Amino acid sequence: MKRIKVTVNGILYELSVQPWETLLDVIREHLGLTGTKEGCGLGECGACTVIMDGKTVNSCLVLAVEADSRVITTIEGLANGDELHPIQEAFIKCGGLQCGFCTPGMIMSTKALLEQNPSPDEEEIRKAIAGNFCRCTGYTKIIESVKVAAKNMQRVK
Amino acid sequence: MAEYSLIGKPIPRVDAKAKVTGKAKYAADYSLPDMLWCKLLRSPYPHARILNIDTSRAERLSGVKAIVTGKDFGGWTWGWMASTRDEPPLAVDKVRYMAEAVAGVAAIDEDTAEEACGLIKVDYEELPGVFDPEEAMQEGAPKVHDYVQNNMSVEYHWNFGDVEKAFAESDIVREDKFRTSRATHGYLEPPAILAFYDPTGYITVWAAKQSPYFLYRHLAACFKLPLSRIRVIQPFIGGGFGGTKNDSLAGDFCAVLLSKLTGRPVKYVESMEEELTTSRRRHSMIVYSKMGAKRDGTLTAIQHRVIADGGGYTAVSPLTMYLAGFATPLPYKLPNFKYDAYRVFTNNPIGAAMRGHGITHSRFAAEIQMEMIAEELGIDPVEIRMRNAIDNPKPGAIYETINKVTLKTCGIKECIEKLARDPIWRDRDKMPRKEGNISWGVGLSGTSYLGGARQLGHQSCAAVVRICEDGTVNLITGATDCGQGSDTVLCIIAAEELGIKLEDIDIKRVDSAYTPVDPGSYGSRVTILAGQATQKAAREAKKQLLEAAAKTWQVKPEEVEIREGQVFVKSDRQKNMPFSKLAKIACYSGTGAVILGTGYSSYGIEPLDLTTGIGNGGTSYSFTSQSARVGIDMETGKITITDFVIASDCGRLLSPITAEGQIEGGAVQGLGQTVYEDFIMDKGKTLNPTFLDYKMPMSMDVPRMKLIDVETNDPDGPFGAKEASEGSIVSTPPAVISAIHDATGVWFKELPVTPEKVIRALKLSSRA
Repeated sequence: MKRIKVTVNGILYELSVQPWETLLDVIREHLGLTGTKEGCGLGECGACTVIMDGKTVNSCLVLAVEADSRVITTIEGLANGDELHPIQEAFIKCGGLQCGFCTPGMIMSTKALLEQNPSPDEEEIRKAIAGNFCRCTGYTKIIESVKVAAKNMQRVK
Repeated sequence: MAEYSLIGKPIPRVDAKAKVTGKAKYAADYSLPDMLWCKLLRSPYPHARILNIDTSRAERLSGVKAIVTGKDFGGWTWGWMASTRDEPPLAVDKVRYMAEAVAGVAAIDEDTAEEACGLIKVDYEELPGVFDPEEAMQEGAPKVHDYVQNNMSVEYHWNFGDVEKAFAESDIVREDKFRTSRATHGYLEPPAILAFYDPTGYITVWAAKQSPYFLYRHLAACFKLPLSRIRVIQPFIGGGFGGTKNDSLAGDFCAVLLSKLTGRPVKYVESMEEELTTSRRRHSMIVYSKMGAKRDGTLTAIQHRVIADGGGYTAVSPLTMYLAGFATPLPYKLPNFKYDAYRVFTNNPIGAAMRGHGITHSRFAAEIQMEMIAEELGIDPVEIRMRNAIDNPKPGAIYETINKVTLKTCGIKECIEKLARDPIWRDRDKMPRKEGNISWGVGLSGTSYLGGARQLGHQSCAAVVRICEDGTVNLITGATDCGQGSDTVLCIIAAEELGIKLEDIDIKRVDSAYTPVDPGSYGSRVTILAGQATQKAAREAKKQLLEAAAKTWQVKPEEVEIREGQVFVKSDRQKNMPFSKLAKIACYSGTGAVILGTGYSSYGIEPLDLTTGIGNGGTSYSFTSQSARVGIDMETGKITITDFVIASDCGRLLSPITAEGQIEGGAVQGLGQTVYEDFIMDKGKTLNPTFLDYKMPMSMDVPRMKLIDVETNDPDGPFGAKEASEGSIVSTPPAVISAIHDATGVWFKELPVTPEKVIRALKLSSRA
């Protein structure tokens, strides 16, 4: 067992992890934050996307020990109490989700994009979510959601 | 048109907040104290006799609590029909496809369970396998099931009119061979279940099922318990699309049995590799299509001989093969039709249902062949469709096909007309045809799909509307929202009927201990049938509420109206109260009344006729016309799809955002099976069981999409609704193939069309 310290959604945790455990195991099993999903477990589908030190990662591909001293944001860390994040609002309004299984990862990729690039064009949006499969929506309403989120976030600023 | 408060309005989904916050819990998100993990041992051979299974070493591994093999299920088998119960929970005497499960282990964690699987020793006698359905039909081919002659799993022979005479009298007759891909559902949530067998004889499961009442019945039968003791609780479902998440799986049966043996809860989560290796995927079908027409393009006859690769077991395929035939006379007038269907056992993974079930194969063949005929006759693609398309019956009238499929509304002509006027089609010759190596093309299709799929046995959906004393409402149905948005649609229907706000309706997910039995979420049936049930239940509850209001105001119930949460007397608006007050009055009347409305669907209850193919497969039918613009790199074969325009007649759209999402999603899934997706098989082994190698469309691949709504008002649907979930997965393949032909001059008859196939075809055509 290894000891790690990891900050998840603003809370610092000290955990004992197995050397083969992943960040996804830490999030889902150790911390019980089941909003982050496991689709393929191979870094191909993007359902487990979280933000680590400002960048999106497939949490199934990050070993828990690699997350030591890192700052992680998961889908549970986005809303401020009952007040939803503008990205969440936009996905609701535009119908940017159906079954919802890709949604947490998709929203985390969107958040990382809009922090880097507050007014992306369509091509940039498509590229930013290229690592996140969605089998339900055909992406059209997701792309629309990201555009609306970008607009709303700029208005807030 | 009636004024609606909610129907047709751009209302967000009722489950959206739970999903964007990560609070929606899926099957794998559930845990129980003291829970064990299940893993399955799967066969390394596609066809082998099981001589012996030795579990002794695995049992000695620390942390292993129980192991089950096929024999432990006491010979129980299951299937879609009484006559097709050919599938055991775990293979017993032999394995019939690669990675069929042979043993299940319960251990204290997933790693231990997996390690234990590696310690189980199975002695196999490898048998010669058969992997091509046409070879499997031959005399002397290896037998997948010993009692089945020529590996014939399902066989239909239907004959309407006189095709031979029609072909003899036709000006043109074409014969072509088409083949569809081995596509799969591709949901991101792998199958999962958490099961607890209470020692007093109750089973409770949380399972990722789009049709949870399949599992409910299977568990009762398998474990010989009354249905009243089977509790299937529905988590959120991470996509379904038919097949795997309709049926019960080895992991479901094993988790329950292992829980029974250990007295502890057992959780099973399939890996994506297991899912992609064993999924009950879309059948790959060979369609031998013969089509005749007059010189003016009028269709005279279609003869289809369809051969489907069935894999190791029957599953839902009697329905698959029915669907691949019954709808061929839609959406074009067809006076003569012959259908010979052969679904053949092979040692491949099981073929089953997938969105666009059955129809996508035969309609793809028929659409492309009709275009080939149009090309030979020099008739415009729009013109040949308009000449053959079925007219929209006048209100009250019914159109009947040669096999007695009946239409009360049919918007196909309007769909095609509107699509032809859209710039992508209309201005196709003004757009560049060639830019560098890229050759551009535009194609078009016109198709149909059924809504409100019929069944053989239990068909109706049911709903209960329970009025709470504070004016909020519980909507209780047996329907499952596996992502398509039916919970939202059902809430809209209930709120509209009751005249209250959407947020005052709370819909319950399935819990078979409390919710009414429901056939399931397949065949685009939920909006139409659970929708009708909800409408009836709401009306019945409203009747009781109106009576209570009438009594209070000393008026007749028909003089009272409820709108947007306000109750009032129509002729005297001074007499009014909020809905919450009426609810309290009604619930407190006498010594306390129970205000419940119940309803069940009555549309489309005549059972299917599988043997003759006569009659309806659905309750009503959607119609779609679609154009696609593609660019082909003539040097590399790369296919770029830039535009889809989709005109759909889905009846009245109850929830436009939801319906649009279904149409867009179906089109992109259809795009996948047209140009990307195919399982590459080698003697029963799936060579590409990962999302890296099984290519699904990504955000970069999808075209601009424009939707055109063609509204009809179908009498056999709540508020005039028809299906909206599957039409576009049928319309996309022919539209794209037609566009690729326009760009390259080549007709592709085998899906998917990959760059390699394009290059090969271009080389062949330049040589010719």
